[in-house]
Amino acid sequence: MEPTPNAPADETALNAAFEAKIAAGDSIEPKDWMPERYRKQLTRMMSQHAHSEIVGMLPEGNWITRAPSLRRKMSLIAKVQDEAGHGLYIYCGTETLGVDRFDLYNQLLDGSAKYSSIFNYPTLSWADMGVIGWLVDGAAIVNQTVLAKTSYGPYARAMVRICKEENFHKRQGYEICATLAAGTPAQREMLQDAVNRFWWPALMMFGPSDKDSPNSAELLRWRVKRKTNDELRQRFVNLTVPQAQAIGITLPDPDLRYNEATKNWDFGEIDWAEFFEVIKGNGPCNKERLAARNKAHDDGRWVREAATAYAEKQAKKRQTEAA
Amino acid sequence: MTAKAAGHDDEPGIAAGEAAAGTRPVAGARRAALGDPLVELLFRLGDDRLILGHRLSELTGHGPILEEDIATANMALDLIGQAASMLKLAGELEGKGRDEDALAYFRDAVQFRNCLLVEQPNGDFAQTMARQFLFDAYSVLLLDELSRASHAGIAAVAAKSLKEAKYHLRHSSEWVLRLGDGTDESHARMQRAIGALWRFTGELFVADEVEAAAAAKGAAVDLSGVQARWDTMVDDVLARATLRRPTDTAMQRGGRSGRHTEHLGHLLATMQIVARSHPGATW
Repeated sequence: MEPTPNAPADETALNAAFEAKIAAGDSIEPKDWMPERYRKQLTRMMSQHAHSEIVGMLPEGNWITRAPSLRRKMSLIAKVQDEAGHGLYIYCGTETLGVDRFDLYNQLLDGSAKYSSIFNYPTLSWADMGVIGWLVDGAAIVNQTVLAKTSYGPYARAMVRICKEENFHKRQGYEICATLAAGTPAQREMLQDAVNRFWWPALMMFGPSDKDSPNSAELLRWRVKRKTNDELRQRFVNLTVPQAQAIGITLPDPDLRYNEATKNWDFGEIDWAEFFEVIKGNGPCNKERLAARNKAHDDGRWVREAATAYAEKQAKKRQTEAA
Repeated sequence: MTAKAAGHDDEPGIAAGEAAAGTRPVAGARRAALGDPLVELLFRLGDDRLILGHRLSELTGHGPILEEDIATANMALDLIGQAASMLKLAGELEGKGRDEDALAYFRDAVQFRNCLLVEQPNGDFAQTMARQFLFDAYSVLLLDELSRASHAGIAAVAAKSLKEAKYHLRHSSEWVLRLGDGTDESHARMQRAIGALWRFTGELFVADEVEAAAAAKGAAVDLSGVQARWDTMVDDVLARATLRRPTDTAMQRGGRSGRHTEHLGHLLATMQIVARSHPGATW
């Protein structure tokens, strides 16, 4: 980047050092100087990621009480619990950029922050628990494996850890799908219906097409992103098609075919109008998801106040005893 | 109206007090015959934990703070895991080929043996934690006794569950303290919750023929001893939390013989819907 003409001399030098680090492939750490724009982009990406984990608890939480076996019930609770842990972990990671997680959380609650569009779709059958693990966690892994090499150190390290658990979730989800696929006709139908509903939204998880992705170029140059949205989407399709074939599931795209020349699975046009509607807040469950988070937050207010009051009383008591 | 319906031609002789051919005699026992006491005991233990774990799992993602979401999910996981081990053992001892899933998903409310306390709705966070605390204190004391049972299978599952139950008790009693001695509002809510749930605590300590018969088969529990220690434990936490111990002594009971509150049926309707909609399917 050309130093801006009116930047102070020391900032020019700092910026040069930052750019040199990026060029050398070194990671940027919290104490390092970084351009405000870099800090902002990282804050945006990491907080969106944390919000997605938290909102993502809701569609799966919706089926915990109806899970059809004790083993499935336990693994679903554990999965949603992991998501809460990921959310907490990434919120804390975001704090290394000098923001307060409660401010970020308030942006989620008031609807000004974004989170992954996929969680604005409803979960309508037990098969959705398999398909979310397989496709949604599968797509997240494709994204996050690359993010594990992102230039910001704390985010990269968080991704390494989170990817391990996401891989486990994905295997678990795919195993649910494989069990349903080998099950009764009603179970197979339930699975196919879930795949039909989640396939296209899963492809949308990689974000807008490269030509419509305003942040991509800058993020790639800073090595925050390592691959473009379209490259990652293609990688996901290439990985997923054979998995669908292995369990005899149809993907709802008549244009899906193997391209011998590119060695890619070509796929049909994504309904970007739907994507942008969901992003704008008009997806099937946007209002419900935010309402659920707000209700939990509002219902919990007196609990948080009580915990603070109690902690203060205890601290005072300890002071008195010490005196 | 058809002639047949009008004339009641085919109806059994109800008016004459006669039993229709092949049906049961009209005069019966006051209570159903007792089955294997160890199976009954394991149903009680397993169902308590299954139903409470399910109740906690309803809250996943809706807690007052993120850290509490994680803790609640953790307790739900522990309890359902304990229930699975206990019901598995019950099924093996019963010998009718029912595994833990058959027992969890294909019994009706009247066949569940959990106490009334655990099936009560989550209510506000004070009610959730009051229910947890009252149960955890009982659970720790009961499992401690059972971990020394001469029946190896029951002793093993009790010992493993006891470790988790102690952690739960620490967590729930900390919340009773925080809410009881927090703000005026939290104090009032916790006092109300303890008051609302108190009538379901007496049942925990009522010894019946199952306890006596189970003791003879290697799983003895001294419920009056458990009650005395529970009283001390609960009184101590309530006092430190600046809460009053309720004075009402009228207790509800029935869970151990399948006579539940109306809440259980709704809980089971949700829990069992998918499994029962696809009988014979594997998941």
